[in-house]
Amino acid sequence: MNKVKFNKESLQNFLLNYALYIVLFIMIVFFVIKEPGFLSLKNFTNILSQASTRGILALGVAGLIVLQGTDLSAGRILGFTAIVSASLLQSTTYAARMYPNLKALPLIVPLFVAIVIGGIFGAINGFGVAKLKVHAFIITLGTQLIAYGASCLYIDRPPLGAQPVANLDERYTAFVNGYLRLGSIEIPYLVFYLAIVAAIMWFVWNKTKLGKNMFAIGGNPEAAAVSGVNLVKNIMFIFIISGVLYGLAGFLEAARAGSTTTSTGFNYELDAISACVVGGVSFTGGIGTIPGVLIGTVLLQVINYGLNFIGVNAYWQYIIRGLIIIVAVSLDVRKYIAKK
Amino acid sequence: MADTKYVLQMTDICKEFPGVKALDNVQLKVRPGTVHALMGENGAGKSTLMKCLFGVYIEDGGEILIEGKKSKFSNPKQAMDNGVAMVHQELNQVLQRNVMDNIWLGRYPGNAGVVSEKIMYEETKKILDELEIDVNPKAKMAKLSVSQRQMVEIAKAVSYNAKILVLDEPTSSLTNEEVNHLFKIINKLRDKGCGIIYISHKMEEILQISDDVTIMRDGKWIDTIPAKDLTTDKIIKLMVGRDLTNRFPPKTNKPKDVILEVKNLTGAYQPSIREVSFELRKGEILGIAGLVGSKRTELLETIFGIAKHSEGEINLHGKKVINSDSRKAIKNGFALLTEERRATGIFGQLDIKFNTMIANIDRYSKFGVLDNKKIIEDTKWTINSMKVKTPSQKTLIRSLSGGNQQKVIIGRWLLTNPEILLLDEPTRGIDVGAKYEIYQLIIDLANKGKGVIVVSSEMPELLGICDRILVMSNGKVAGIGDADKLSQEDIMTMAAKYI
Repeated sequence: MNKVKFNKESLQNFLLNYALYIVLFIMIVFFVIKEPGFLSLKNFTNILSQASTRGILALGVAGLIVLQGTDLSAGRILGFTAIVSASLLQSTTYAARMYPNLKALPLIVPLFVAIVIGGIFGAINGFGVAKLKVHAFIITLGTQLIAYGASCLYIDRPPLGAQPVANLDERYTAFVNGYLRLGSIEIPYLVFYLAIVAAIMWFVWNKTKLGKNMFAIGGNPEAAAVSGVNLVKNIMFIFIISGVLYGLAGFLEAARAGSTTTSTGFNYELDAISACVVGGVSFTGGIGTIPGVLIGTVLLQVINYGLNFIGVNAYWQYIIRGLIIIVAVSLDVRKYIAKK
Repeated sequence: MADTKYVLQMTDICKEFPGVKALDNVQLKVRPGTVHALMGENGAGKSTLMKCLFGVYIEDGGEILIEGKKSKFSNPKQAMDNGVAMVHQELNQVLQRNVMDNIWLGRYPGNAGVVSEKIMYEETKKILDELEIDVNPKAKMAKLSVSQRQMVEIAKAVSYNAKILVLDEPTSSLTNEEVNHLFKIINKLRDKGCGIIYISHKMEEILQISDDVTIMRDGKWIDTIPAKDLTTDKIIKLMVGRDLTNRFPPKTNKPKDVILEVKNLTGAYQPSIREVSFELRKGEILGIAGLVGSKRTELLETIFGIAKHSEGEINLHGKKVINSDSRKAIKNGFALLTEERRATGIFGQLDIKFNTMIANIDRYSKFGVLDNKKIIEDTKWTINSMKVKTPSQKTLIRSLSGGNQQKVIIGRWLLTNPEILLLDEPTRGIDVGAKYEIYQLIIDLANKGKGVIVVSSEMPELLGICDRILVMSNGKVAGIGDADKLSQEDIMTMAAKYI
C-alpha cells in the first residue's frame, strides 16, 4: 500500500517538475498537426536565429533574477544600443543617412559603443540596487524610461525627423545574418554568437568567484555579507555584465531586423524574464542554470514562431504569452512550497 | 613578551548606547585549550560583548588582546581571518548551495577569479574527516539536518584556523545524541588548543562541557569561576542576583475529565506523524518529548489543521471536530503557539496592540471596521494578566525581550478563549527568570481548566511542569507516562524506539 502511494507521489512530483515542458511540448505537437510544414529545417534555423538575440538578453537578465532582482530596462537598453549601432553603420551609399559625413567604420567600433552604453546602464541599475538599496524593479523601471527617452531623442533630429534607421552597411548585415554552410544545412552565425556568449556565461556562473558569490548573495545575502563577500562590488559586476550583454544583443538585433526604430526591443525584457522563469531560474533567488535559460529561450521562441506560423492573431499571442508567464511562475513556486 | 596564558583577554570593556550602559568594565579571559562558558540572562550583555570582539561594535573603553597582541577588528570577516570565528544560533547559510561552497564563501580558493573546485573539495573533506563529521562536501545545504548544518558551520570555523571559537546556543535545536557528537567535536578542538567561548542557557550542559564559567549581569562582569566549583543553583543565583530556590513553580493543577481525544492520527504527507492516539484531560499539562525530527511540531500542526491528515480523528468533549484550517481550529477552541517566535509568532515591526488582536480580528470587527476601544481594553488585559514589561501598548513588539514577546503571544491566544492550548517550545531562547514566569502561566492556565500540550526539547522542563509526558519517536507514539515516574533516561530510551 505504501508503495502505491509512493508511486502516486512520484508521478505527482514528475508532473510538477515537468508540467511546463509537457504543456509546451503539447503546443508544439499542436502546431505540427495544424501545419505539418512547421517541422522544417528552415523554420528551425529561423527560430534559432530569432532566439539568439533574446537568448543573449535572457542570459543577462538571468543573473539579476538569481540575485533576487529583475530587469525591466533590458528591452529598452537593447533598443537604444540597436539604434546607435545601426546609425553608425548605415550604408555609405545611402543618401538619407543619420551621419551623412561618417566614413565606413570598422565593425568593432559600433560594437564597442553599444557595449559601453549597455554597460553604463547596467552600472546605473547595479548602483541603484547595491548602493542606493532601491529594489531592482524600481530602478530598472526608471532606467527603462530613460533608455526609451534617450533613443527617441537620438533618433528624432532634423532634418529627417524620427524615422527608422535602415539601409545598413553590408559588412554589418553579413556579419550578423551570414551563415555557415555544412552540406545542405545552413547554420546562422547568430547561433554561434549565442553559443559563445552562453559558454562564457556558463564559465562565469560556475567556475568563477563572481559566479559563486552571485549565487550566495541571491541565496542568502546576509550569510554572504557575514562571510566577507563584497556585496556592492559583486552586485555591480553582475549588473554591468547584464548591461554589456544587452549592448551586444542590441548590436546584433539591429542588423538581424535590418532596420531599427524606437520600438525596437519593446517588451523584450518580458520575453527574457519569461525565458528565465520557464528555464527554472527562480525569483526566490540563488537558483538557476545557463542551460535552463537557453532551453527556456528556445522553447518560448518556438511558441512565438509557431503561433505566427499557424496564423494566430497577434493580440491573442500576447494573451498566450502572458498565460505562459503566469503558469510558469506558479509552477516554479510550487516546487519550493513544502507540503503539509 | 606575549602572554600566552590566555588566548583571549578582554579587559575593562565598556560600551555605551544612548541612555544605556550596555557593558560596564567587563572582563573575559579565555585560556587556550579550554571551554569557557559565558552566562547571563538575556540582556546581560553577552551578545554586545561578542559584537565588540567581532568588530560589529567598537568598544568605548578597554582592551582586547588575542594571543597577547592588541586587536581591533572592523568587521566579522577580519575577525575570522585572524582566527576568531563564531557559530551563530540562527545559522546563516546559503541553503541552495552545497557544503563546500558555504565553507569557502567569501574566500574561494583559486587564481584570477577562477575557483578551484578540486582544492575546495579536498580541503573540505580533510576538515570534515578530521572532525569526524559525516557529510558529503558536495551535498546541498538544504538537504542537511539542523545539526549537520551546525557541524558545517563549525567546520567553517576550523577552516579559518580559528584560535577562538564562539558557539552561541549551539544545542538549542539538537537532540541529546547530536549534543554528544557536538561535545566530541568541541573536545577535539579543545585538545588542539582552541579557546572556545560557549554561550548557553542550559545549566546541565555548561557544567558538563566547560572548564571556566564567566557570569554577567546587567552589563557587568560578576565572576569567573572554574566549572567544577559550580552548581546549577549557584550559577542561577549569580545570574539572577538573588536566590532562585525553585526552577519550577509548584504544580497546583488537578487534571479532571478527558476533553480531547486524538485517535489514530496520520499525516497526509509522509514523513509525518503516524497512528498517533492519546487523551488530554481538562486542567492537564501533557508534555511531548522526542528527538528533532520525531514530528512533534507536525503533531501540533496536524491537530491545529495547518497540516493535513489522511486518517484518524480528533474529538473534543466526545464530539468529532474537523480543523480543516487554522480559522476553523481557532473557532473550535484550539490555539497554537508556534516554535519559531520570530518567524511565525510575532509581527516584529508592529506594536503590542496589533500583536494582541491579530488572532482575534473578527471579534473586534463590525462591518469590517475595527473597534479600537475594545482592542485597547484587551491589550491592557494582556499586559496586566501576563505581566508584560512594556512602556506602552504602542511599543514595537520586537523591542521587548524574548520572554515578554512570548507573554504577549500567549495573551493573544488566550483572548481567543481556547480550550486546548498547543505550545511549541514555549521557553526557547528565554532567560531563566522569565522561564519561571512562563511556567507559572502554563500552570495557571491548567488551573483554569484548559487542556495544555507542551512540546519541548528540554527534558527537565517537561519533567518539572507536566502531568504526563508523551514520547514521540520517528512520527509514532513511543510511550506515555506520568511525569513523576519518568526519568530522563526513560524518555531517551523511548525516543529512540522506532529509529
